This record gives sequence, structure tokens and C-alpha cells, in this order.
Amino acid sequence: MIVRGVGAGVVSLLILFAALSGSAILAADNEPRSGYEFMEAETRSLQDDDFLNPGFFLVEEGQELWQRPMGEAGLTCAGCHGAVEDSMQGVAARYPVFDDASGQLLNLELRIQSEIADRMQAEPPAYDSPELLSLTALISLQSRGMEMQPEIRPEMLPFLEQGEGIYRQRRGQLNLSCVQCHDEHAGDRLRGDVISEGHINAFPIYRLMWSEPGSRHRMFEWCMEAVRAEPFERGSAEFVALELYLASRGSGLKIEAPGVRR
Amino acid sequence: MRTSFFATPGGLRLHVLIMVIALLVIAPGQAFADGLAPLTDQPGNPAEGERLVRDTSRASCLICHTISTLDEKDQGEIGPNLDGVADRWTEAELRLRIVDARQLNPDTMMPPYFSLVGLYKVAEAYQGQTIYSAQEVEDVVAFLMTLITDEAVE
Ligand code: HEC
Ligand code: HEC
Repeated sequence: MIVRGVGAGVVSLLILFAALSGSAILAADNEPRSGYEFMEAETRSLQDDDFLNPGFFLVEEGQELWQRPMGEAGLTCAGCHGAVEDSMQGVAARYPVFDDASGQLLNLELRIQSEIADRMQAEPPAYDSPELLSLTALISLQSRGMEMQPEIRPEMLPFLEQGEGIYRQRRGQLNLSCVQCHDEHAGDRLRGDVISEGHINAFPIYRLMWSEPGSRHRMFEWCMEAVRAEPFERGSAEFVALELYLASRGSGLKIEAPGVRR
Repeated sequence: MRTSFFATPGGLRLHVLIMVIALLVIAPGQAFADGLAPLTDQPGNPAEGERLVRDTSRASCLICHTISTLDEKDQGEIGPNLDGVADRWTEAELRLRIVDARQLNPDTMMPPYFSLVGLYKVAEAYQGQTIYSAQEVEDVVAFLMTLITDEAVE
């Protein structure tokens, strides 16, 4: 949790940033609002109650995987990191991060995959597989209530710019950009949905429309397919750059994982 | 399958391409005119137009617009209400707005239903196809022409 003074400092920094970069997304009276605020009462109450929240099946499975020996050496996450409640606190809130070794961004899913592949010498679970979603949900839960706040190092600025470019680009047969729905029409009805600001603070989410949980990248893919555009691959550099931009755009929102959405 | 609000393709419509090419050739001269002549010889069919407008798998107008004479519960509120739209616009003006509303407002959110110009990263299944065929545009225009308010009739 962050003290008020720091919060205000972040806001004025953002205003400065917006003014400097000419991007008008974040104005002073325009703090980011979680998708939660756009939801109906029943959907909210599903998220609010850990016993009703279907995302908690993932957390349970994640607890089991955290202890499960993987690869030939039979290493476990717990063996290296100890209790997830301690070692993973706040991690999800500051991702994606810059990986010095590869010069690329890593989001939580890619980090988990590389831990399993490189350190544990085991077959990494696929994007949006139950295993990867479960570990992501378990780790993200350890940041619940904390502010989403990626640390933007200078090396990350080109990625941030790339992500913003993807966000602003009109695409697909229907020729729409993320901005047009999530910045210019947040709060308006699009057929049966109320459009939110398109933030990523609740992921992985259990989406009632999917009857399944899904990752941030699955949601990006869904929105791109909705406008009949060719989406990027889940886990691709483009989607991670978009994720970084959205994390920065939603800075200060509280992590809600595992979230529930319509 | 309930995957998205805009959802799935129609069939491949080859004759569309010919019409689009024809339109691209004539478009520059008409870019700032506020209307378009019929795209086909066959007059539009309003019943078919209504069916199209309501078809959620065909980028339905109701995603963004409301039409109160239709009883769909979920209607969008992005664009203006279309009640009485035929009182406000001529047939030619309505046609232009469906064919390519960008010709009136480059920043419009309304998708171009009959243009292939300036589109980016269109999904493979839709490449080289317009949202509606020429005849479908005519059908939808014919349906819109039935949207007259009572006051206008009196
Ligand atoms: C045509 C409208 C439209 C466009 C364009 C669009 N979205 Fe969405 N998006 C929606 C709707 C509707 C939902 C579901 C309701 C909601 O949560 O906003 C949604 C949900 C989301 C969510 C989940 C929000 C939450 O609180 O969990 C994210 C993240 C998101 N969109 C990101 C994007 C990104 C990134 C793009 C561009 C690549 C994009 N959207 C383009 C309509 C759109
Ligand atoms: C993704 C959103 C979207 C969709 C889908 C959409 N429209 Fe629109 N439409 C708009 C917006 C926004 C405007 C307001 C004018 C502008 O911004 O260019 C508009 C304007 C119009 C107008 C002018 C109305 C007036 O009173 O000035 C007509 C007519 C119209 N639309 C008809 C249709 C029809 C018919 C369809 C389906 C075939 C459709 N629209 C689909 C967003 C949409």
C-alpha cells in the first residue's frame, strides 16, 4: 500500500508524462478505474467471496504445483523460494520486467515458463494451460490489494512506446483501436456489455462468457478477434509490450487477482 | 459459440470485389459529396435489411446503435439512436454512411461496411472481403428508409 503523498506524486508525474509525450490518456481528474467498477453487483459478489470465486480453483491447484517436483532433478518451486506467501509478495504488481540477459521484457507467465524450462529442466506448461494459469493465479494472489506499479527503466521505454502504438492502432475489418473502446467509450454499452477502461489488474480472470479462466493475452486476443483483426500470439513480444503499456497506464490500480468478469 | 459481440464470417462474396474496385475508381471524385448512388440495379429489400441489421454474427448495427422499434434487449449506445433516421438523411446520404463513414469523419468509430481502403491486419478469414456485399448495403439502406417518426408522417 502506498501513502497519499506518493500517490499524488505519481499522478503529477503522469500528467507531466502525458503533457510531454502528447498522450492525453491520463488527465488529472481521470485516475484509472478498475473493470470492477463497471461490473454488475452479482459479478462483483462472485469476485468478492473467495469461496464463490471460481478463480480460487486455480489458486488451489497452484498451491499443489508449487510443491510438485518437476524435471529429472525433481526440483520444486517451494524448494528454492520457500513459502509463496513470503517470497512472491508484490511480484505480480511490478511485472512485466526487463530481463538483462535477453534484453527482452518478461511477464509473469514467461518468467514462470523460463523457471520451469531453465532452472528445473522440465517441459514448461503452455500459455493458458491450467498449469500456467494456476501458478500465475497463485503468484498474483500474493499481490492482491497492492498497487500495480511496473518500474519503467530507461531500457524499457522503446517497449512502452511499442505497446502504446499497438494500443492506438486501428485494426481489423471493423477498423477499431483499443483507444476507441476503452478510452473514448468506457462506461458506454456495446450491445450487452458495458465497456470498461480495459485494465489488466484482475488477471488471471475467470470470465463468465468463456466459462473458463484466461490470461491477459487471451483477453487481448479476444478483443482483436472481435474487431476481425489478426491477433498476435499469446506470449509474443508484441503482446508483452502491450501488457507493459497497460500496466503503466493502469498504475496505481489495486491488484484483484484472481478476478471475475462477465 | 458465444465468443464475441461482432462474431463470424458470411460466405465469400466475389462480386463484392468487383464492386469495390468500381467504387475505388469513382470514390475520389465523390469523396466529399454527401451521398452515393445505388450500388446495384436491384432495389434493396427492407425485410432482408432488417434481418441483417439484427444479425449478431454480421457486425450488427445494434452493437453500437439503438432502434426502438426492434425488441432486442441488448442494444449499443456508442452511436446516435437511429429512430427516424430517414427523416434526417436522404437515401444517398444513408448509403454513404454505411459504405464508408470515414468519408464524413475520418475518426469515426463506425466501421466501413463496404470498403477495403486503409484497413490494417485484417484477420485471414476476412481478408479481401467487405463487411456487407453491395446488395446487402442496398437492403440495409432500404430498411433504414422505413425508419420514419410519426411526427414526420403527420
Ligand atoms: C469494439 C470494442 C473493443 C475494442 C476495439 C477493444 N476492446 Fe477490450 N473489451 C471490450 C469489451 C466489450 C470488453 C468486456 C467488458 C470490459 O471489461 O470492458 C473488453 C475487455 C477488455 C479487458 C478486460 C478488462 C477487465 O477489467 O478485466 C482488457 C484488458 C481489454 N479489453 C484490452 C483491450 C485491448 C488491449 C484492446 C486492443 C488490442 C482492446 N481491448 C480493444 C471491447 C473492446
Ligand atoms: C462500432 C460502432 C458502430 C457500428 C457497429 C455502427 N455504427 Fe453507425 N455510427 C457510429 C457512430 C459513432 C456514429 C456517429 C457519427 C460518427 O461518429 O461518424 C454513427 C452514425 C451513423 C449514422 C448517422 C446517424 C445520424 O443520425 O447522424 C447512421 C445512419 C448509422 N450510423 C447507421 C449504421 C448502420 C445501418 C450500421 C450497421 C450496418 C451501423 N451504423 C453500425 C457507430 C457505429
